[in-house]
Amino acid sequence: MENYRIDSSKGIEFGIYTLGDHLANPHTGERISAQERVQQLVRLAQLADQAGLDFFSVGESHQPYFASQAHAVILAAIAQATEKIKIGSSSTIISTSDPVRVYENFATLDLLSGGRAEIVAGRASRVGLFELLGYDLHDYEALFEEKFDLLLQINQEEVVNWSGEFRKPLRNAQVLPRPVNGSLPIWRAVGGTPASAIKAGYAGVPMITAMLGGPASVFKRTIDAYREALTARGFDPTQIPVATTGFFYAAETTQEALRDYYPHINEGMKKTNGQGFPKQLFAQAQDHRSIINVGSPQQIIEKILYQHEQFGHQRYLAQLDFGGVPFEKMERNIELIGTEILPAIKKYTKQGGTDA
Amino acid sequence: MKVVGIAGSIVGSKTKTAMSLLWEEMLKAYPDTDHELLDLADYELQFSDGRNYLEYTGDTAYVTQKLMEADILFIGTPIFQASIPGTLKNVFDLLPTQAFRDKVAGIVVTAGSAKHYLVAEQQLKPILSYMKAHIVASYVFAEEKDFLNGKVINDDVHLRLQRLAEDAFDLAEAQAGVREKKEAEYDF
Repeated sequence: MENYRIDSSKGIEFGIYTLGDHLANPHTGERISAQERVQQLVRLAQLADQAGLDFFSVGESHQPYFASQAHAVILAAIAQATEKIKIGSSSTIISTSDPVRVYENFATLDLLSGGRAEIVAGRASRVGLFELLGYDLHDYEALFEEKFDLLLQINQEEVVNWSGEFRKPLRNAQVLPRPVNGSLPIWRAVGGTPASAIKAGYAGVPMITAMLGGPASVFKRTIDAYREALTARGFDPTQIPVATTGFFYAAETTQEALRDYYPHINEGMKKTNGQGFPKQLFAQAQDHRSIINVGSPQQIIEKILYQHEQFGHQRYLAQLDFGGVPFEKMERNIELIGTEILPAIKKYTKQGGTDA
Repeated sequence: MKVVGIAGSIVGSKTKTAMSLLWEEMLKAYPDTDHELLDLADYELQFSDGRNYLEYTGDTAYVTQKLMEADILFIGTPIFQASIPGTLKNVFDLLPTQAFRDKVAGIVVTAGSAKHYLVAEQQLKPILSYMKAHIVASYVFAEEKDFLNGKVINDDVHLRLQRLAEDAFDLAEAQAGVREKKEAEYDF
């Protein structure tokens, strides 16, 4: 785990991830400016840092209702504004970028932040960026696999010799600057199904997986498939971390949390995905087996510990800012995480701790 | 209620004839309905390439968005090679997996002979169920002998189409009522 800067003996890591969506608050119908939104992300990361959270990440999406297209630039601002928290992408669409430029950006981010930068590489769930950035959608899978491989090679080798289909060959190329400790943690972003989890496993790279709704046991299949694939290729699953992500919202009572957050999710998904989120599925957040971590702090603690028991994952990332959540609610969430949720889950998941 | 119909083939006339008659009968019974009947022959749709439906352009964007906005869908299909036509299957492939959640779907089938009666039962209904539609249990099946010169000449088909429209509206209303009651119970 040291390669990935994770010390499991201290318990599960807790972080926040944002897609950088730029949506109206459905309770008021008002949308802040893109300027306010990107500045808000920096302030949110600062609060997360002060509250002792482990990780903060920003994703790129190239479509209407998003403001974080240049996510590496936002991360640079976050690097300056924070001190201890690890930072990364969630995710970087490597398919439509040059891995050399991505690596230069994130290695620089690592220098600026004092060794806190990580890359999460993904394939994109929406595909408008292929046209925008000049790529052919027919190459969706091939682009990702080739460029992700190159990114990993750049991370491992100071002098790179490489040739492939989608960019000119590299001959004795030095990709500079190098990160603080010579390499960066690089993760593969995986949707809910086992297919790309298995690919991550075969490659021996850490996996970060998205979980929208449904019981933990279903997502466990993806994680099991990943670890089986790791083992099949001779990698040691105890040395390679798994992270999970999902909707998160804490309030004094579960009912208040559901009431507050549901319209943000539902209206936000209508705009960004073309279909709302079923209320019935959201209501099941009240069942401890549902992976939607929305509720009272105590309920969320129990759920995260249950998920940890199921998955044995090393990091959990909460999405608490989707769909125009007002900043004071984000602040309140960070406060509840820092004062109640984080201490409890660390206590029970650290080495020698008593798991609930 | 928004009602959208689709005549699922770009060739032939029976499906279009039956759907036009359904529309006539439906509008007699529900004159104030927000409605649109899409004949696939009038549109150039691309094949599904897996992208989110919001990211298609032109006719493909138009047809998929109309279907996604509907409360009630009427699917009209002929039978080609013992199944639904590829043009219609493509429309389903263009949409999200749960595209028909909270929507009611009624089916009109036209065919050369009665030998194809169960095709909709065994091949179309499973697709609509998978996509989460509330399906009107009975569908209207009309065959070659029910048509002449672009008209439906079997009175029974007229009456069955009337009943299909009525059943679809009743089911949509009932489902909306159940949903409203259920959502109120959640209290969030």
